[in-house]
Amino acid sequence: MEVKADLHIHTTLSPCGDIEMSPRNIVKKALERGLGIIAITDHNSTLQAPIIEKLGKREGLMVLCGAEITTKEEVHVIVLAPAPKELELLQSYLSSNLIKVPNNPNVFGYQLVVDEDENVIHQEDSLLIGAIDKSIEEVEQFAKRINALFIPAHIDKQQNSLIGQLGFLPPSLKPDALELSPRCVFESFISNNAYLRGNSFITSSDAHYCNQIGSAPCNLDIKEPTFEEVRRAIALLKK
Amino acid sequence: MKLDQIVEMLKLKVYSCPNHLNKEVTGGYSSDLLSDVMGFAKEGQIWITLQTHKNTMGVASLKDLSAIILVKGFTPDTDTLELSEQEGIPVLGTDMDCFELCGKLYNLLN
Repeated sequence: MEVKADLHIHTTLSPCGDIEMSPRNIVKKALERGLGIIAITDHNSTLQAPIIEKLGKREGLMVLCGAEITTKEEVHVIVLAPAPKELELLQSYLSSNLIKVPNNPNVFGYQLVVDEDENVIHQEDSLLIGAIDKSIEEVEQFAKRINALFIPAHIDKQQNSLIGQLGFLPPSLKPDALELSPRCVFESFISNNAYLRGNSFITSSDAHYCNQIGSAPCNLDIKEPTFEEVRRAIALLKK
Repeated sequence: MKLDQIVEMLKLKVYSCPNHLNKEVTGGYSSDLLSDVMGFAKEGQIWITLQTHKNTMGVASLKDLSAIILVKGFTPDTDTLELSEQEGIPVLGTDMDCFELCGKLYNLLN
């Protein structure tokens, strides 16, 4: 069956995420927009994701947990963990490698973990939009080691994208997919980047506000709502 | 050296905060990686970059930098300018490339 997926959504934990991006609001909006699968991908932290996964499960929404990692080169990459154990490994990898700078909420915004009832249960003090001290190759190797999905984010954008920062997809990288931003026109993008043909492409909203959720979904053909089925469906999106 | 003297001598464009040019500039830092600037730039320095987005201003504020100079004719994003006015950190600009601007600025400051 074809399921609509939005695999790049921020929450109140991302400093740039709107204060309305609580677990309850995200799940509600995703269901309203007809999504069957979402992924929670805050900047360099996974701490909000399991709360949303639990809520989504009750409401019939599949929620993948991961993060949008900023590599040493300041390339944004989506990494999605297959299960809670691997998500913990991802979190400790991020905590130990994030360059520690205190957040100034007045400039960057608050970084809050919020529970199902919209109570703040944790305020993150380290600025999450900085980079981790690992190259994109090292992040890919780590992702493969924990069997996670590795997807360079919004590669058509100039800011913090694989192509914006590095100029091209290094031949050594083997991403599970490449993500395109909502406003990307695939045909003109691929005609300028013909060497990327043969990769899987997904589109996602990169939502920071509720009304952006589901604005650029991709269709995943899955037999059942499991991580391995999502992996298989993404592999089928080769263009 | 004061920021307004640098603006005049290098003929820089002033994109924001024209009332905040009476600052002492302690030196310069040139980098396009925000995390590098976060780690190594020092208070009072002027930051030379081609990045135009809002997070540059966030970093400049975090490190108490005196101003940002955009090279090669790049212009700041609208939200960068808003945050710049809020933080009182001017965004300046030049058509020179980074190498040329840094050379001239280095000579002025040393």
